[in-house]
Amino acid sequence: MSASTDNWTEVETTSREVLGPDIVALVEQCQKDPYPAGRLIHVLHEVQAKFGYLAPAHLDAVAQLLQVPAAKVAGVASFYHYFRLSPPGRWTISLCLGTACYVKGADQIAQKLCDQLGITFGETSPDGMFTLEAARCLGACGLAPVMMVGDDMHAQVTPDRVPIILDEYLRRVREEKGA
Amino acid sequence: MKKKQINLTIDETPLTVSEGTTIMEAAGSLGIHIPRLCYHPDLSLAGSCRVCIVDVAEMGHYMTACSVQVWEGMVVQTNSPAIRQARRDIVELILDNHPKDCQTCERDGNCELQNLAYSMGVRNRYFEGERKEFPIESSSVSVVRDPNKCILCGRCVRVCDEIQGVCNLSQHGRGFTTVVGPAHLADMDDSVCIQCGQCINVCPTAAFLEKPRTNDVWRALADPEMHVVVQTAPSIRAAIGEGFGMAPGTAATGQMITALRRLGFDAVFDTNFGADLTIVEEAHEFLTRLKEGPLPMITSCSPGWISFMERFYPELIPHASTCRSPMTMLSVLAKTYYAERRGISPEKIYMVAVMPCVAKKFEAARPEHRDAQGRPYTDAVLTTRELIWMVKCYGLGLAGLPAGEFDSPLGLSSGSGDIFGSTGGVMEATLRAASELVTGEPATRLDYTEVRNVEGLREAYVAIGPHNIHVGVANGLENAKTLLDKVARREEEFHVIEVMACPGGCIGGGGQPYPPEGMRILDPELLRLRASVLYEIDRNKKLRKSYENPAISELYDTYLGGPGTAKAHELLHTHYHARLPRGIR
Repeated sequence: MSASTDNWTEVETTSREVLGPDIVALVEQCQKDPYPAGRLIHVLHEVQAKFGYLAPAHLDAVAQLLQVPAAKVAGVASFYHYFRLSPPGRWTISLCLGTACYVKGADQIAQKLCDQLGITFGETSPDGMFTLEAARCLGACGLAPVMMVGDDMHAQVTPDRVPIILDEYLRRVREEKGA
Repeated sequence: MKKKQINLTIDETPLTVSEGTTIMEAAGSLGIHIPRLCYHPDLSLAGSCRVCIVDVAEMGHYMTACSVQVWEGMVVQTNSPAIRQARRDIVELILDNHPKDCQTCERDGNCELQNLAYSMGVRNRYFEGERKEFPIESSSVSVVRDPNKCILCGRCVRVCDEIQGVCNLSQHGRGFTTVVGPAHLADMDDSVCIQCGQCINVCPTAAFLEKPRTNDVWRALADPEMHVVVQTAPSIRAAIGEGFGMAPGTAATGQMITALRRLGFDAVFDTNFGADLTIVEEAHEFLTRLKEGPLPMITSCSPGWISFMERFYPELIPHASTCRSPMTMLSVLAKTYYAERRGISPEKIYMVAVMPCVAKKFEAARPEHRDAQGRPYTDAVLTTRELIWMVKCYGLGLAGLPAGEFDSPLGLSSGSGDIFGSTGGVMEATLRAASELVTGEPATRLDYTEVRNVEGLREAYVAIGPHNIHVGVANGLENAKTLLDKVARREEEFHVIEVMACPGGCIGGGGQPYPPEGMRILDPELLRLRASVLYEIDRNKKLRKSYENPAISELYDTYLGGPGTAKAHELLHTHYHARLPRGIR
């Protein structure tokens, strides 16, 4: 009867390991707030900044350390557009669908990208290389239509150039592997 | 301090109410029932369904009566052709992506959405909305989740959080693809769900249902090889009549037994026998704990509570009574004691338990409650609702049936067993038994009204011999947290705590009939009426103490060798373990 049946230490340790010391430190700082649960979105932003997305294990760990029910944490994470619930590809393609780019044919670029990658917006290609996202304005309307791949800006994109651009990045991977 | 009084007019009738009153409440005080769907008086306000809209003169737009508080000089119109039209439009829009399968739906006939649509005058489907096509989650042994039937009223989310303190459900995603479910839309049994079934009770449609076992039971009944045994929990007799048009608060014990015999059950036993046995074992356990600890002892009859403890308060596991629940005790004895006495092979016994509970389905499937070959002692658990359906399916009513009696030996019980079905009942029965055990003299006091816990949370001191016993009684797990936290933090010393997962105890269980017209789920009046049946039965019984049950004495004398013996321990006791994922208190 004297044996401890409490699994809190185990749960806490696992949660800390999943999130890492920097996030744990942030959560500990949040716990000093009168309403730690009110810092949930802030914490989720930091977790996503660190891991690139919010996996169920991340959300469960945040729930345990911040003592907010997991259903609520997952509900918040799945509600907001900004939060990603699956890992992003190696490169994120942000195709501008703002007014200027749109009138210059961004819709055709979008179609070409979807066809080429076999995915729709918000998804990641099966090879894990590209995540396709729509952007509202990248602030380069003079170069419309534009899209970003990772940190690179591609200007005056045409549907024909889409496979060539994608191939540049795939070539880099091949070279990395070769080296 | 007296609240400020507000003067307003509703449907041309002036009235004065306290500040903070909602339009719906103020209208209710005039006898005006405003249609509603997502609203429930015991839950927080959501205002999500928009059905309760009324016209507030100075606003220029409709407002939801459930969530808007009255103000001075407010002029409200609750009814007009335009308002009725608007409400009907709203209900039509809720229906437009709802499956058109009312005739084949489990809730047909007692669906709030169906009733509302009818009363609103919806007679055509003008809108052909996009249909939801979500997978049905039916992996759990207890609860089935069908998001296609869900209208996102959020009652289940609120009851799970606010009444049960579990908070396993949330709305995930947004817009048209919003789904209610556990975190990551995990399978129910892999979430912190405790299978209490209150989501089923509060759901206005069939988005949550119990996992049906009726087909398995029909099959067993039709098998000439099987000796099919049934036991019914105390609270079934107090509620089953509601399913056949009897007024709430009508006892239907005898008719229920006859109906079970007509269905073809070979023996009809009473879970009350298991309850009496639980009391004797638990009283002995309590005496041991009084000397050796650990105290408090917490009751273990409610499987929703047991799951809650294993997920939310695992450090309290040493405090939970090791007694199996009355249901499982009786099932074990049916396949051992009864089987031996009748000369029937245990493999040929099919044990059915009719319970007010969906968590009992989970309990029955637990590995701890299986025999050495891995077969469950309880083969199938049916809810009260499932039994009502089976009786109707067979073509029977209850009202016209003659009264039958439970079979011996597992059908005889004292009044202590009956009151198990109501919150505080296990405590009262325990006190009756413990006072005799402690003092060694027959108990003169039988009624412990101070532990009859109608409000959800009670503490009391009860004198038993030289001891001043500090007891706590809680129903609804959010209430229970108050007591459990005191124990976990060692803030207060208790001797015995009774926890029932569901509001009102088993009578308000997740498997009980949907409330009759004019009443709502969790209705305190409905719970009071059901409880009154059990207290009435107890009061009128000659046998009121578990110790005096001759069938129990015979069992101990001829089979178990006495309470607390090794054999009693092997057959009647169990153990618990911490479960993951861990719940957030």
